[in-house]
Amino acid sequence: MFSMKFLLYLLIMAGVTYLIRLIPILLVKKQIKNRFLLSFLHYVPYAVLSSMTVPACFMATGHIATGIIGFVAALILAWKNQSLVTVAAGASGAVLIAEIVMMYLI
Amino acid sequence: MKENSFLKGIVDGLSICFGYLAVAFAFGISAVGNGLTPLEATLISMTNLTSAGQFAALPIISAGGGLIEMALTQLVINLRYMLMSISLTQKFDSSIKFYNRFLIAFGVTDEVFGVASSKQKIGKKYMYGLILTPFLGWSLGTFLGASAGNILPTVVTTALSVAIYGMFVAIVFPVAKKETSVAICATIAILLSCAFEFIPFLSAVPEGFVVIICAVVASAVMAALAPINQDTEVQDV
Repeated sequence: MFSMKFLLYLLIMAGVTYLIRLIPILLVKKQIKNRFLLSFLHYVPYAVLSSMTVPACFMATGHIATGIIGFVAALILAWKNQSLVTVAAGASGAVLIAEIVMMYLI
Repeated sequence: MKENSFLKGIVDGLSICFGYLAVAFAFGISAVGNGLTPLEATLISMTNLTSAGQFAALPIISAGGGLIEMALTQLVINLRYMLMSISLTQKFDSSIKFYNRFLIAFGVTDEVFGVASSKQKIGKKYMYGLILTPFLGWSLGTFLGASAGNILPTVVTTALSVAIYGMFVAIVFPVAKKETSVAICATIAILLSCAFEFIPFLSAVPEGFVVIICAVVASAVMAALAPINQDTEVQDV
């Protein structure tokens, strides 16, 4: 039901991706004490997520304008400390409305 | 609800699950467009659980590309998980034993990492719950997208594609509002990633490397300029 070629691709993809996640989790078992490293790790999540969001979010919809509208909607909701689901749904909703408006304008 | 319970994990994972349904749906559509069957697409999602890497694999499979090319592509795009895995280990509590790490490692995605790192400490049960719902959403979304992708109007799938970014904003922004150093860190990361997108010779750098470079530079600069206070390090960040 699956071709050999496909299974090989699957094995390589899944294997490489899993090992990247697994090796550090197995190796780092102690609490890091070094202040620079601790600070570095404190900032990593915010740096990773920020660099993945901008400018990718602006490009995600195919129209930069609607991408920015979705992003701004998310900022406003997050400013008001709304939950993850609310912010995600609000951003999607804003893009949906903006895209429909665009369809009628263009 | 107990902070480190399985149920709390499930609930926190639901928002990721919702975002994943949408993105996985798009992946399913794209996979079928690249000549894969819905079952093959679903199997990829169930075993890889990663968005960027899977999307990048499609043209390689469809063009019959080499296995080394596939391995290198996955390595570069997904190398950021290495940073996330290291960062997460610092939050593990004593309930997480050596063998639990094999299962938890499978579920380290951008979003699971984002939510988990907003916690002070993470336990085994919470992590399992947090991984389970996104896994189901990612797999189910792929299957639905691959087998019935043409049911939804394009405008809806487009709108759903920003859900994931909304979630990222929801994780970063409230903290940046409170901590100036985090706001500066986020700004540096954003400026760098924009440079990689818009400056011609920089835009040739593969996507996977861009995230790593931006994250390492922004975090290292801020770790040097505004190191955290070790005594208050345990505060919920």
